[in-house]
Amino acid sequence: MSATTLAPAGFDRARAARWLQEYGVYVAVVALLLFNVFFTANFLTLGNFRTQLVQAAPVCIVALGMALVIGTEGVDLSVGAVMALAASFIPLYLGAGPIPAILIALVVGLVAGTFNGFLVAHLGIQPIVATLALLVGGRGLALVIAEGQLVQLHDKTFLELGDGDLAGIPISVWIAGLLSVVMALLVGRTTFGRRLVAIGGNRTASGLAGLPVKSVLVGVYAICGLLAAVAGVLATARLGASDPADIGLLMELSAITAVVVGGTALTGGRVRIVGTVFGVILMQLVRATLIKHNLPDSTAQMVQAAIIIIAVYVARERSTR
Amino acid sequence: MTAVITDPPDTTASTTRRELMTGVLQRQGAAIALVLVVAVAWFSFPRFGSLDNLRDLALQSSFLAVIALGMTFVIITGGIDLSVGSVYALGGVLAAYGSQYGFLVALALPLAVCGLIGFVNGVLVARTKMAPFIVTLASLLFARGLLLAITDEGSNTYRVPADSAFIELGRGTIGGFGYPVFIAAVLCVIGGIVLRRTRFGQSVFATGGAEQSALLMGLPVARTKITVYTMSGVLSGLAGALTAAYLQSGVTVIGVGTELDAISVVVIGGTLLTGGAGTVLGTVIGVGLRNVIQNIINQIGTLDSNYQSVVSGAFLLVVVILQRSLARTKPRR
Repeated sequence: MSATTLAPAGFDRARAARWLQEYGVYVAVVALLLFNVFFTANFLTLGNFRTQLVQAAPVCIVALGMALVIGTEGVDLSVGAVMALAASFIPLYLGAGPIPAILIALVVGLVAGTFNGFLVAHLGIQPIVATLALLVGGRGLALVIAEGQLVQLHDKTFLELGDGDLAGIPISVWIAGLLSVVMALLVGRTTFGRRLVAIGGNRTASGLAGLPVKSVLVGVYAICGLLAAVAGVLATARLGASDPADIGLLMELSAITAVVVGGTALTGGRVRIVGTVFGVILMQLVRATLIKHNLPDSTAQMVQAAIIIIAVYVARERSTR
Repeated sequence: MTAVITDPPDTTASTTRRELMTGVLQRQGAAIALVLVVAVAWFSFPRFGSLDNLRDLALQSSFLAVIALGMTFVIITGGIDLSVGSVYALGGVLAAYGSQYGFLVALALPLAVCGLIGFVNGVLVARTKMAPFIVTLASLLFARGLLLAITDEGSNTYRVPADSAFIELGRGTIGGFGYPVFIAAVLCVIGGIVLRRTRFGQSVFATGGAEQSALLMGLPVARTKITVYTMSGVLSGLAGALTAAYLQSGVTVIGVGTELDAISVVVIGGTLLTGGAGTVLGTVIGVGLRNVIQNIINQIGTLDSNYQSVVSGAFLLVVVILQRSLARTKPRR
């Protein structure tokens, strides 16, 4: 409406906004990298890049799942609690070896995600409330399972996941990268991905067109739960302890922020995996930049708030549907 | 008027007993649960019914009730306010900081700043059409950041001067019940009346029920939204100020996850997250239910306190599933 009344100038503005929405996150990452190269001491070191990537890996894995969920016009608030749940099961089964322990943790995540999906798809409960229940209850359950304790882990193979390298790159970064590629292929190249985007765009029409709306939705939430569990396992391995009280705390906010900053609109119908990965990197870089320039945590949080608002404001301009 | 809240009452003659029952369950489910839980607690734990325990219960509930009151209005307009937990904590710190300049500053400072944050939330939601979820997520971070900034990164806890009249606000009692209980009660009564009996209340319902229609009818949709988010900010700030007066200091670590508590009690109280329906009384019952269950878990003593959140989560789930299955008659949006 307003675009037509504003005539040519308005048209340009809309195009600029669309361009910014599409590529803004990449521009921001490059700009921030350049800034750091020139103005931050010890930025261009291998050790620094390593730290940044290792810190970003769990958020990235969770954000991938969140991107899928947001693509279906949903949201998953329970990811942090699922991380804690998965982590709380690890010490119980680590005696049987690292593989069974990890498998159990992943199954826990899968079950939790499927449960969310069932509530959303089959019972028609709003995603926010459905996953809120698990957010409230999940961490409590994890603490009950762990008897409120932080459990130190000593299994060498398992801890290798947290601080080991493969070809000079940390294992957790490999996993995050691999999962990003898998998710990009899943969204871009498979029927499941197409259906997911279609359902996010118009659920009613997808249903009328004969798409299996419910099973796709359950699948999406299940994947999100599974990815959260992967992140929980990696974070636990890195910490060297299962700490259900603290692990994944506020992860849902970081993941949603990364997805939104990456250019995926909360209205669904679109999943940007590469954008999401860059969203994670951007938020990590922002934090690192602020810390390296000795700005306190308080400023960091307020800057993050501003970035979220700006990103969403820009994304909003595009929605002309 | 009430048509917004319940299904169209055009079936007076054909209303079956079953429909009547589901209606009662849907609207009074939380109240019935509260009565049951209180009855069980009363007979199982001799200490539950003691005046001391009830006073304590009421006081604990009052802070959450004030926050949840604002949240009820926001959710009825179809929005959500994730910032209340941070704003609550910020309000407490500001009150404690302001208390060194006297009673008025201690009260006015948190209300003004928190109200301003709520106002900005409202403007962003109403004028730029950004999702309330994201806007208030950002202000959650902002308020927490501001709190850290004024407390030297959380290391400085402001104390309310021991001779300050402000302490009385949190510690004073009438008949053993603390002032915050009465403040919360009065606010909830006013809130209930405003919601049900005023023009503003009706446009709150209309905004959440059918925003387009409300706009076409010429209702001030944007102004309504801005008002409810501002209210939510002011009330969270007030809850923070009361907490600071009670604790005699501005504790920096409170309020983490309080937004989730507030949202769940509002939902348990029967307010639909889709907007357009809800009651203040339901929210108050929701707050009571949450805290009575917590009280019971504490009374049992041997039970891990972490069960509290497990029970809350499970309870929230049951309520939402019930609401959903009982509301099946309503067409999906």
